[in-house]
Amino acid sequence: MSAIESLHSQTEDNAMVVDITKMATTKEKRKKAVSTTNACKLCEPLGASLVFRGVEQSMPIVHGSQGCATYIRRYIISHFNEPVDIASSNFSEAETVFGGAPSLVTALDNVIAKYSPKFIGVSSTCLTETIGDDMSAIVREYKKDRKDMLLPEIVTASTPSYAGTHIEGYHAAVKAIVEQMASGGPKLDKVNVFPGIVSAADLRHLKEIFAGFGLDYTLLPDYSETLDGSSKCEYENIPSGGTTIEAIREMGRAQGSVLFGLTQKSSQTGAGELKKRYDIPVHKLPLPIGIEQTDRLMRVLEQISGQPAPKFMEEERGRLVDAYIDGHKYIFGKRAAVYGEEDFVVSMAAFLTEIGVRPVICASGGESGRFAETIKKLLPEESEDIQVAEGVDFYEIGNMAKETGVDLVIGNSKGYRTARELGVPLVRVGFPIHDRIGGQRILSVGYRGTQNLFDTITNTIIARKQDSSPVGYTYM
Amino acid sequence: MSEILKAREKQIYRKDEHDFDLACEKQSLAGSVSQRACVFCGSRVVLYPIADALHLIHGPIGCAAFTWDIRGALSSGPELHRLSFSTDLREKDVVFGGETKLYDSLVELIDLHKPNAAFVYATCIVGLIGDDVDAVCKRVSQEKGIPVLPVHSEGFAGTKKDGYKAACEAMMRLTGTGPTEGISPHSVNILGDFNLAGEIWIIREYLQKMGVEVVANVTGDGRVADIQRAHGAALNLVQCSGSTIHLAKMMEEKYGTPFMRVSYAGIDDMASALYGIADFFGDEEMTRKTKELVKAELDAVFPEVRKYRKKLQGKRAALYVGGAFKAISLVKALKLLGMQVALAGTQTGNAEDYALLKDICDPGTIIVDDSNPLELCGFLKEKDVDLFIGGVKERPIAYKLGIGFCDHNHERKEALAGFVGMLNFASEVYATVMSPVFKYKYRDCKNERNRESA
Repeated sequence: MSAIESLHSQTEDNAMVVDITKMATTKEKRKKAVSTTNACKLCEPLGASLVFRGVEQSMPIVHGSQGCATYIRRYIISHFNEPVDIASSNFSEAETVFGGAPSLVTALDNVIAKYSPKFIGVSSTCLTETIGDDMSAIVREYKKDRKDMLLPEIVTASTPSYAGTHIEGYHAAVKAIVEQMASGGPKLDKVNVFPGIVSAADLRHLKEIFAGFGLDYTLLPDYSETLDGSSKCEYENIPSGGTTIEAIREMGRAQGSVLFGLTQKSSQTGAGELKKRYDIPVHKLPLPIGIEQTDRLMRVLEQISGQPAPKFMEEERGRLVDAYIDGHKYIFGKRAAVYGEEDFVVSMAAFLTEIGVRPVICASGGESGRFAETIKKLLPEESEDIQVAEGVDFYEIGNMAKETGVDLVIGNSKGYRTARELGVPLVRVGFPIHDRIGGQRILSVGYRGTQNLFDTITNTIIARKQDSSPVGYTYM
Repeated sequence: MSEILKAREKQIYRKDEHDFDLACEKQSLAGSVSQRACVFCGSRVVLYPIADALHLIHGPIGCAAFTWDIRGALSSGPELHRLSFSTDLREKDVVFGGETKLYDSLVELIDLHKPNAAFVYATCIVGLIGDDVDAVCKRVSQEKGIPVLPVHSEGFAGTKKDGYKAACEAMMRLTGTGPTEGISPHSVNILGDFNLAGEIWIIREYLQKMGVEVVANVTGDGRVADIQRAHGAALNLVQCSGSTIHLAKMMEEKYGTPFMRVSYAGIDDMASALYGIADFFGDEEMTRKTKELVKAELDAVFPEVRKYRKKLQGKRAALYVGGAFKAISLVKALKLLGMQVALAGTQTGNAEDYALLKDICDPGTIIVDDSNPLELCGFLKEKDVDLFIGGVKERPIAYKLGIGFCDHNHERKEALAGFVGMLNFASEVYATVMSPVFKYKYRDCKNERNRESA
């Protein structure tokens, strides 16, 4: 077990702001509002739908009201600018009394008839969980009634929005896929990769890195192509790409799993499930943003593959260090507010401290209970100035930023309003990016992604100074 | 066509190819990937632009997160509507009930933001867990001295149209509670424009020039106090008939306020709306001013439109939008640009709307109700169009097919209403249809063909 893995205490300190070094001893706990204003999180079935879109020839179905599927589609489309077909079981009023089996069965029939998918991922909603629909039983019956038909794989994930955020939904879907599809057997020379919510460009780069070590990997999910496809002659009803069904089945026979993200309990992840069932070792790593975090990944991959890091990684690391030095003076001591999914914020905060930027606010709508602890473990000792806030909304983040003062805001598009109110620039990274094109192509993992972030952050600060200069100088 | 599910065949009509008997106003078919949303969505879009009200969404976080600042709905003053408030229900609330959390949230938010009214949207699970939303609203209303209105918008309880109705019912409770002294006999309420990109300001300017007073905007750039005195207006102008017609009918019954269906999209419909209003008031001075106004606007716009028309003549367009009234205006606007309409579809049209739509379309035009991505894709390919008009969910279909696109819904930033709106529309259509980027779209196919022949 790595040091990183061992840092997960089981404390469930929900919905409070923690000064990570003084842990609320000298700093009074904030009074948490009852209501939520401008949430810094999304709902569980959205996370699950994202995962299901990353499987080969797949169609997601959201078992609930028509609105859930439509809103989720719209939200994901606005980030990826790609067709995102997600079916709904279109639950009706009568079914709240008699159960939603008939509508789910019709939905399965129609999706199979029109899309001929190889895989269907069904996620539940608040509604169907509250009335107690047993989706796995419905699907079991469905399969039994159609014994003679060649059916797609049908995976069900329980994802009620009241029980967590899109991150919990994401992991529930990944876990459901391996739980319901992977099987054991003789070991294969393969490694499983669980990337967490990253961009399509990030997924492509991760694949490049694993391939660079000569590893045969299975990336789950892989929406690098399904949600960032090229212009093609023919419209694809289901976009090509995605983790193959065959590869998923073999995930129970891999040598090991690499799981990115430290804040989820292992038992709630796909990697944890494979460990439990088939004793596949888990390498739990922070998202590889920044030199330190990417170095960690390099060490693990060297160990797994028995090969040194590929030359391009060494070269990119060298250029990144060179760039850090070239740009260090422009950003040193700047104060940033970082928000988004907990694992994203953890790695971003570690990266920022690495370049001399202070992540004075680390905030998330998530409530894993491990956020503050994880940041504490990854950051250097002297971090008294950093406030970690979990289970917060943008209203709270804005108030914290006003109080403490920040030079820039880093995260997804939903922080634009906050940044605008603060009069500081927003560096867009994460999900969703709704007010720029190309959110799916923002690279932030690996040395190359870190380079991209470093250049963007440094240039944002340089531009701000240049634009507000009365002289309008033309050299830095 | 293989994209069409058997159960949906009745919802598709090809003009003059068979008898017209289009099925509509049906619940969407499970698994068909409808472009529609839910009851909650219907209520939310209608009430959302009331800028000085608190809009609290009672339920788990999704519904609020997905509708945060979802579209323009510009306000000339307060912008409270642009914040996304939720009770963010959790597991324990689902087990023990969410009434306390609702009460506490309302009190907290009303104290903080001092809204002039609050709307509480009940989402799917609220009814199931047995929360008495009406009782909580009543209590808070008494304690805080502002209207606190429950909106029964449980997502599964019908279609988007039922959500419109629930919104109208909530607004109806506001009407009749404000003073009506001093309202001109030449006065109207504007129903069914949501000021996504400043449309209602254009319309108000025209009306002002005609000497017509606008009492309430329902709901673009809307205010609680205006809606409270809306019953003092002489006439309701109803655009986007699906969303607010129910309010107009209720007001007619209760206050005797007549209503007139209008559309502000396209030159023809805009002009006939203004003339219709002048006719209604039967005031000579107003008629004269209206003629002047229309003439001045047409003189300014027509030469420009003609320039676009030259370039766009004969290009083919498809449209799939929310309401049928919008579709009808768009067909006319496209015709004015010399374009052919190959497909006209809507999410929520009714029989009457579709009959009208059919009459103005050319033979062969496909008319479709509650369509889905695969069908739309099939139609676009079959008709080989140059332009697709729709909303966010239709955009990537067009782009993947390499077809120009014009957003007529949430995400547009240019007003498409009024005479100036016709110009904005023409300019946007021109920008997408004439863009040079589309010439690269067949490159892959050529390569593949080359590979095949090699």
